[in-house]
Amino acid sequence: MSPPPAEVPSYLTAEAGLWSWLRTKDHKRIGVLYLVLVLLFFALGGFFALALRLELLTPEPDVLGPMAYNRAFTLHGVIMVWLFLIPSVPTTFGNFLLPIMVGARDVAFPRLNLFSWYLFAAGGVITLWGLFQGGADTGWTFYTPYSTTSGTDVLPILVGVFIIGFSSILTGLNFIVTVHTLRAPGLTWMRMPLFVWALYGTSLIQVLATPILGMVLLLVAVERVAGIGLFDVGRGGDPVLFQHLFWFYSHPAVYIMILPTMGVLSEVICAFSRKNPFSYRMIVLGTVGIAFVGFFSWGHHMFVAGQSVAGSGAFGALSMLVAIFTSIKVFTWIGTLYRGSIVLSAPLVYALGFIFFIFFGGMTGVAVATTSADVHWHDTYFVVGHFHYIMVGSALMGFLAALHYWFPKMFGRMYPSGPAIGSAVLIIFGFIVTFLPHFLLGNMGMPRRYATYPAEFQALHVASTAGASLLAYGFLGIAGYLVWALVKGPLAGDNPWRSHGYEWASHSPPPAANFLTPPEFEREPHDYTVVEAPRVY
Amino acid sequence: MSELMRRMLFLPEAASTFATRVDGLHFFVIGMSMLVATGLAVVGLVFLVRYKRRPGDAPTTPRVEAPHWMEALFLSLPLTFFLLWFVIGFLDFSWFNSPPRGALDVYVMGKQWMWKFAYADGPSSVGVLYVPAGRPVRLLITSRDVIHSFFVPDFRVKHDAVPGRYTQIWFEAPRPGRHAIYCTEYCGLMHSRMRGEVVVLAPADFEAWSAQEQGGDVATLSPFHEGAEVEEARGPMAARGRRVAAEKGCFKCHTEDGTPHIGPTWLGLYLRVERLKSGEDIVADEAYLTRSMMDPDAQVVAGFLPVMPTYLGQLSATDAAALVEYIKSLRPARPGEAVSQEPVYVPTSR
Repeated sequence: MSPPPAEVPSYLTAEAGLWSWLRTKDHKRIGVLYLVLVLLFFALGGFFALALRLELLTPEPDVLGPMAYNRAFTLHGVIMVWLFLIPSVPTTFGNFLLPIMVGARDVAFPRLNLFSWYLFAAGGVITLWGLFQGGADTGWTFYTPYSTTSGTDVLPILVGVFIIGFSSILTGLNFIVTVHTLRAPGLTWMRMPLFVWALYGTSLIQVLATPILGMVLLLVAVERVAGIGLFDVGRGGDPVLFQHLFWFYSHPAVYIMILPTMGVLSEVICAFSRKNPFSYRMIVLGTVGIAFVGFFSWGHHMFVAGQSVAGSGAFGALSMLVAIFTSIKVFTWIGTLYRGSIVLSAPLVYALGFIFFIFFGGMTGVAVATTSADVHWHDTYFVVGHFHYIMVGSALMGFLAALHYWFPKMFGRMYPSGPAIGSAVLIIFGFIVTFLPHFLLGNMGMPRRYATYPAEFQALHVASTAGASLLAYGFLGIAGYLVWALVKGPLAGDNPWRSHGYEWASHSPPPAANFLTPPEFEREPHDYTVVEAPRVY
Repeated sequence: MSELMRRMLFLPEAASTFATRVDGLHFFVIGMSMLVATGLAVVGLVFLVRYKRRPGDAPTTPRVEAPHWMEALFLSLPLTFFLLWFVIGFLDFSWFNSPPRGALDVYVMGKQWMWKFAYADGPSSVGVLYVPAGRPVRLLITSRDVIHSFFVPDFRVKHDAVPGRYTQIWFEAPRPGRHAIYCTEYCGLMHSRMRGEVVVLAPADFEAWSAQEQGGDVATLSPFHEGAEVEEARGPMAARGRRVAAEKGCFKCHTEDGTPHIGPTWLGLYLRVERLKSGEDIVADEAYLTRSMMDPDAQVVAGFLPVMPTYLGQLSATDAAALVEYIKSLRPARPGEAVSQEPVYVPTSR
């Protein structure tokens, strides 16, 4: 029997004071520190999304002028991609849960972990300062030669994102070493929780691809400052070279955003249908496959950019492989529900939303990978709809599913179930209303990044803006009941979901050392053929 | 049938031979996705209802794993469709990238924030691309500054305009008509105003247009033939200037009614005292107006960006004079009205 939790101080109460948080080397506290930052950044990026939607309510500029609009969509993109989506799941839930799920006391390099957080915070502050004081108007993609010649202040943002990149690399390195060296006895590779597999695949991408981003951002910065002419035709350079280098990172970066949330999905669906995964190895294959093939599909961003026809063909075919690894996961998740014992609580509602969004996000991805149809859709709202289905629809639903599944694990308190399910339904509905019109707008030919547009596009823009306001109410709802739960929520107990995932083998919230005695994982995660949940160590 | 699908999917009319081909693949992919989505939703809902936990249910569930044949099916079935779509798509894509012999060549140049078109036999235009119906047209696209993208939704045709290279695409429009051109690669401040129009003319009309262009007689240009009233009010020379201004795309940046836009308004511009970027004051007389057309960056009015292209070699002496005459004719109703203001970049529709 484990000692009653009251006698063990949790990681939250082990030390007191702000200073103890700022110098902590505890992976759980660092996860919470990250959570605070990414939620702040998400609120900021969301605010600018609303400003954009408001401007697009009418064809002519009325809320923002074209300059303010161009700066706002740059702000929205940079914040959402680099300050929210890329760090969202790995640095928060990954940091908190990975060591617990492999039965370790902490990550392999706790001091480096804290340093990553400071790098992230510093990079975030520099980026935000750059965005607000100068306000670059290049978009988050920084395409040359516009980004090297724009009169706005691009440099601080390049520097900020460069620094964030290092934080990302160090976190990935930490996770890879942790998974390789700190697994508890008996935890073989093919018994690792699927969330750990997802984080492992993500970390590989972070370590291998992020240096390319650092390099290309540095080159743009040097080009701006010293005018070396690398991307300038007039001096023998090539602007398309930038696109190759940029997407060599930024396409795999999409999988940095989506793979961890796929891991969340596998955990949530197993926990709430009380079933083993329908095919564990298919999910592992899909995870590793996406991490690998994701590196060879960047050219599908350049079908109409002047790339060779044969090159476009190769990248189109390779992109289909990424789609296949995603589709086997979708089949497996739905198969997991079969003969389960399903409880429809908030995390599962988000998970079902995720499946819906990844299906349409993925299928529209297949549609644009066919090369010929992409000629019409490229750089239109169809693509905006496609990547918002993946990056907001899927990645954000995964983040929210994780937040609702592991909230009692992290803070030991429970949120009210009714408002949680209500907000989830509102968000999923609001999301569909916001982004479904984007596909139709793209079909009509509405180009992206337009501050003004011809009047025939207005009806669908109005629908989209209406949906965005629903989303805003949904998020305010979540903020409301989670803050309430944090302060006044009923105590959750060690395992409120009676989940058989490994992370529930420690107390909730866990003690500073995670486990009071070294854990042994005797059964596979999510083995529901037995009654007892994992023993609490 | 395909017309119905087109309407349901909000696709614009298919006004090129490529559009008809590519729409077929579009309907195939979307239709199949919808079908599979419905199937998956039904299966998912059945599971959710059938296996919902009820009071008294056992806390355990049986261990169920996908059999090998099902795993193989999950992999191979979607892959078959994905690859089939890819093959169909790539065949069309190669076709679209291989202009047929004997196509009409048009040089397309993007610059912030307008499209210019030049024909091998001499004519050129700004903002409006004239092409004959029923004949393949090859576009040789480049850019003078940053990357732009030439997009005609009705043709399903798009290609980036990259500085330093010519890229080529082609299309054939079977019927006469007018179709919007958009820039789809973000190119700065007025990106969303970088629009234009393709005018597909019947072959005979196109020949006539081309012959007129080579003769340099813009006065009989049909699409801008609104000159009668201008001619009556301001005289034949100013009327000609108005037509030249429309034809050369001047109104993309300059207004005639005092509305602030990218460039200084022409209303009351003649003999107005303008403060230049250098701090110097200058009187906008005939010499200044002509110089601004030919060497626009030399004397930029303070507060405006140096974005105007040179029209050196593009305006005949008569056309330049006609433009000056036209600007001279634009006088405000009351003196003091329509002073040059900083551009606010909030142009209202003309």
